[in-house]
Amino acid sequence: MAGATAKLNSYRTGPDERGHFGSFGGRFVAETLMPLILELEAAYTEAKADPAFHAELADLHTHYVGRPSPMYYAERLTEHLREKAGGKGGAKIYFKRDELNHTGSHKINNCLGQILLAKRMGKTRIIAETGAGQHGVASATVCARFGFPCEVYMGATDVERQAPNVFRMKLLGAEVHPVTAGHGTLKDAMNEALRDWVTNVESTYYLIGTAAGPHPYPAMVRDFQSIIGTEARAQILEMEGRLPDAIVACVGGGSNAIGLFHPFLDDETVAIYGVEAGGHGLDVYNGHAASLTGGRPGVLHGNRTYLLQDADGQILEGHSISAGLDYPGIGPEHSWLKDSGRVTYVPATDREALEAFQLLTRTEGIIPALEPAHALAHVARLAPTMDRDQIIVMNLCGRGDKDVFTVGKLLGFDL
Amino acid sequence: MTPSTSRDPHPAARPATRIDVRLAAVAAEGRPALVTFITAGDPDYDTSLAILNGLPAAGADVIELGMPFSDPMAEGPPIQASTLRALNAGQTMLRTLDMVRAFRAHDAATPIVLMGYYNPIYIYGVDRFLADAKAAGVDGLIVVDLPPEEDEELCIPALAAGVNFIRLATPTTDDKRLPAVLANTSGFVYYVSILGITGTASADASRVGDAVARIKRHTDLPVMVGFGVKTREHARSMGAEADGVVVGSALVNAVRDSLDAEGRATAATVGAVTALVADLAVGVREAHVAA
Repeated sequence: MAGATAKLNSYRTGPDERGHFGSFGGRFVAETLMPLILELEAAYTEAKADPAFHAELADLHTHYVGRPSPMYYAERLTEHLREKAGGKGGAKIYFKRDELNHTGSHKINNCLGQILLAKRMGKTRIIAETGAGQHGVASATVCARFGFPCEVYMGATDVERQAPNVFRMKLLGAEVHPVTAGHGTLKDAMNEALRDWVTNVESTYYLIGTAAGPHPYPAMVRDFQSIIGTEARAQILEMEGRLPDAIVACVGGGSNAIGLFHPFLDDETVAIYGVEAGGHGLDVYNGHAASLTGGRPGVLHGNRTYLLQDADGQILEGHSISAGLDYPGIGPEHSWLKDSGRVTYVPATDREALEAFQLLTRTEGIIPALEPAHALAHVARLAPTMDRDQIIVMNLCGRGDKDVFTVGKLLGFDL
Repeated sequence: MTPSTSRDPHPAARPATRIDVRLAAVAAEGRPALVTFITAGDPDYDTSLAILNGLPAAGADVIELGMPFSDPMAEGPPIQASTLRALNAGQTMLRTLDMVRAFRAHDAATPIVLMGYYNPIYIYGVDRFLADAKAAGVDGLIVVDLPPEEDEELCIPALAAGVNFIRLATPTTDDKRLPAVLANTSGFVYYVSILGITGTASADASRVGDAVARIKRHTDLPVMVGFGVKTREHARSMGAEADGVVVGSALVNAVRDSLDAEGRATAATVGAVTALVADLAVGVREAHVAA
């Protein structure tokens, strides 16, 4: 039950057969889509039980994506934060390096799983929505690899601020549809993708990029992303001989975060932090994208979850420096993990993320995407409050190549 | 309590609603019904109320009143634009219910069905919404993103409150699924005649006839056909295949076309909509119900 304070035997059993995580999740879709959602659920259940499906996915992970992604001890960053703490505290910081995946982010993990499913279901056309373009690029990539036509819906505002990714998608053979409805960001792209799907249900597979939407998407995307946490758990046990004291990930829709968190949910000693886009600050109306810490439950895009909305139930656009976090909702499992108290969600502002972006670049020679820069901003706050022998694992879920123009502009460079 | 079903074994136990009474009367005339959709508050509250008030005399048998929502996922460009006009003019759920109350003050017979998406109702509060809607004179609800799988949310409470819950059936709703879709449906069944969003393609009337016949094998409820009904000719040809037709995008486009350069209502706005409704009303009267 959402909001229950009693401790559960396991946090890893959801959702129920109707797609509910406590009171969150569900299947709030138009009737036209409902039979398709049920068909997808049946196909996924069947695939999950098929060793051949897992074997094909594992082979692609190894030879196409480059998994397992490394676990990296960020020694210079750790030392830098220890100095800031006055030499007293300062946890050891590790990065799960999913930014080294083929296509530059964790998004490929999910896209490979879903494209194999689309193939099994006999679908002939793939559609996807994208915000920062990372999921669009990953979708276009797997479509090229498996020979599917691919159409990507992307908000017109995002098309402009993520031009390098738009070009990548086009190179990969995808058709990119700029969406001008609303404010032209991720939520509007998702509306438009749903409209396409309603119109082309029979031929089309909708490759949702985050752990949100109607059941079974939140559970399915989580399952495909859980390889992050499964690997991370084994790697840190191997390297340190014990579990971490804290794990940290950024949350927009929440797919990289649920992928890291899920395998650790029943490890009681591991503190878990999800970092939301605080934008200009939570006190600025419609100036952030922190659905959990600055929104309230509602129903959008097929699920009940925390949403940014006004008093009349109209959805707000939100704001973040990062196109990938600029979404007014959040995966329903995160809503449940918040209310159950298992995961702590905190915001990081645009400014904090930008500082963290530069910090990592200079101390470790790694240019992160603006999305995990939010997670890093919280790591920079958290590490100095912890002991030197404690361990933090953060998911570095994307690389920053796509963001250098945005950051350059903000820092006053003429590119 | 068992909710009322489409094959209610004791119909006398369930009081007839305004929708039941009106559709029975239309059927007795031997013609299909004309169901008209407008968005509440489009292009502004006063003009929208004037349009609403003018619909029955123009020939509307049942009125669907859209509750604006920022993210209308099943709507095409006409209703998306109409929704935006209403929201920009300050329409809220309270004002939509005010509009129904104002209409009811002088029209006790024309059924009003509120149509929209779940979130604004959820945020208003389901119990409070049903009480206020019933008190304002609302007869039925169509909520696009509440399939039968989510019936406990609003459908069951609405039936208990005496408000009809009207469901959409689509070309993807096969014979296996139809009974589940129809189980808690009351008032009428809204057949979405195309795969797609509102205001785009029009279905071919003969295929619609087959689909309506298929639905009627599972229910005694009247079946209304919508999506792509734009003209008097559509109203006549589609109407001949069903118990009624639903027209929406064409009416909100009539609103749009009547606006001035700044998007404000003009002296022509109300008349543009009622004239189109009157024309469509001729269409349904020309359709002789086959049988």
